[in-house]
Amino acid sequence: MKLKLDKKDFNPFLQSLMDEYDLFAPVQLAEGVSVYKKIDRPDEVDLSTSNPQKPAKEVFFPQSEIMFRYEKTGKQHQVTSTEGVERKRVILGARPCDIHAVSLIDHVFSGKEYTDVYYANKRNATTIIGIACDHPLSTCFCTSMNGGPFSREGSDLFLVDLGEAYLVELLTEKGMAFSQNKFLKKAESNDLNLGREIEEKASKKMDASVPVEGIEKRLDQMVESPFWEKVQEKCIGCRVCTYLCPTCHCFDIVDEALTNKGQRVRNWDSCLSSLYSLETSGHNPRSTNRERTRQRIMHKFNYFPKNFDRIACVGCGRCILYCPANFDIRQTIKEIQKGGDK
Amino acid sequence: MIQEKIRQKAKELLENKTVDLIIGFGEGTLPLRATPLFIRNPEEVDRLIWNSFCENNLATYLHKFSQFKVGLVVKGCDARSIIALSLEKRFKPDQLFLIGVPCQRMVDRRRVKKAVKGEILRAREQGDQIIVEGEDFKTALKRDDYLYPSCQVCTHRTPIKANVVIGDPVEERSLIEAHPEIKEFEKKSPEERWKYFEKESSRCIRCYACREACPMCYCAECFVDSPNPKWIEKGLSPSDIEFYHIVRAYHQTGRCSGCGACERACPMEIRLTYLTQKLNLDVKELFDFETGIDADALPPLSTYETEDKQEFIK
Repeated sequence: MKLKLDKKDFNPFLQSLMDEYDLFAPVQLAEGVSVYKKIDRPDEVDLSTSNPQKPAKEVFFPQSEIMFRYEKTGKQHQVTSTEGVERKRVILGARPCDIHAVSLIDHVFSGKEYTDVYYANKRNATTIIGIACDHPLSTCFCTSMNGGPFSREGSDLFLVDLGEAYLVELLTEKGMAFSQNKFLKKAESNDLNLGREIEEKASKKMDASVPVEGIEKRLDQMVESPFWEKVQEKCIGCRVCTYLCPTCHCFDIVDEALTNKGQRVRNWDSCLSSLYSLETSGHNPRSTNRERTRQRIMHKFNYFPKNFDRIACVGCGRCILYCPANFDIRQTIKEIQKGGDK
Repeated sequence: MIQEKIRQKAKELLENKTVDLIIGFGEGTLPLRATPLFIRNPEEVDRLIWNSFCENNLATYLHKFSQFKVGLVVKGCDARSIIALSLEKRFKPDQLFLIGVPCQRMVDRRRVKKAVKGEILRAREQGDQIIVEGEDFKTALKRDDYLYPSCQVCTHRTPIKANVVIGDPVEERSLIEAHPEIKEFEKKSPEERWKYFEKESSRCIRCYACREACPMCYCAECFVDSPNPKWIEKGLSPSDIEFYHIVRAYHQTGRCSGCGACERACPMEIRLTYLTQKLNLDVKELFDFETGIDADALPPLSTYETEDKQEFIK
């Protein structure tokens, strides 16, 4: 079903969502810096910039999340669960790459073998309103990674910015729940044509030249390659690429404890940190940046494909844009495909 | 031309085996970016470049090459980091060969990006201008209007104690008069200053890019990473984040060259250098010390003089 939302109705539309749902959407924290955040007022929502720094995974898998609280009073122990999601949720304004990424980490957190209640509860309670990426950046390579700037995959509703209005496609049952929303009007044929034009233009802009075919097999042969020593040289060992990656999903669980009470907290962790692989004995199997950089690449392009038959990269380009040393994963992929030498 | 001379020097150093490798800058994969480049083969020196986008402090890479003789391309600030690191005995005396370049000051790529509408696809320098081009625009910006905050207040653009200086020395400014922003900030009330710090640090994602980009942050185990004793939690609570940033800044007292690598590395664009600049000014005022100027003078917190000011002891 294809409807239309006039931009003058945008904030009232958001308010109508907020009456029923907790709304998550991009918010600018400073000029040029944005994140997905729970919305308190419709005018906080900012769809004007391209992808926020922090990806949409944060709505389902927060950077820091309390798993439960505990307290001891006398001989009584009390444990309070925090896994429930009280209100239905909407995430609005996520781009196809971020939504694609969520479908990938679904395999980890709510796949065939395991269900992580913290993730799954949020995921099940959430309706995803994706937005077409009408101005892909030169660092974007989603089309090389089984995605596309207008890919509807994973969205319940999908917005296309037509200038004065948004074209609103209702794609799933969750999406159809919005068919009676009073701000959504019937889309005319000229709206649909304009939407198609914008889609064609954006698709032409895409750089589909990042060659990933066969990369998993190639990496099988490269575990001990001197390539890793070379490729890691410029990496300063921070966590930017992993924290801002929409598919990276490693975490660390800690107890934040006081004398008689505390909370168990799950925080994002990064394979680029030496602490990540430090064992209690003091031994660290990934003792240098060489092993850690290899792990990052291997997990995305070898281990994840082995486990789930998919590459754990969606081509959003964040790791390229925000790396302090201009480590460019597109280059790394190309070098791997050439057998590791330049 | 500076770039050509850097290449010649690098070639000579590699051919004579004076050094095992050169760490300099190469062409970045993005407009307005250069990237750290590691060269071992004299045939490859033509990949070295020099322009106003050579923003990284390459001294931060030295810990990876402690077993090698390294030829390092340094700006004024980077050279000061090297002196500060030498005082902390981070290298053997003859391990480094510094190729110093008097710095034209580096261009703030983020401010350039914000100055135009649309994505910048190409950028180049032309005289005192930066020409940026996108799909449907081409704009010339005055280079000096788009310098990094740390570069705007730089006082030592010509590298000190470099083995060779390529290009002519530039005129320097004195430390005290160079910081109008800090002087303004000092006039604010403690509440206002705290509010600013709170707002900036609230964007922190604890990626530690500021720490890793800094040549002076070389602790084998940073206090934030220590599992036992645990000094700090790893989540996003404001008190933990603020604790990290305050300690990070204080650890730089008398050690920070003011290069601004921390701020440039931050993906969330958190202002950081106003903290270290204030510390640098305090150290200058209280102890008449500037980081990385005198290769024999220990930083004030590593030594003492009987006439040190002690009014703060109540």
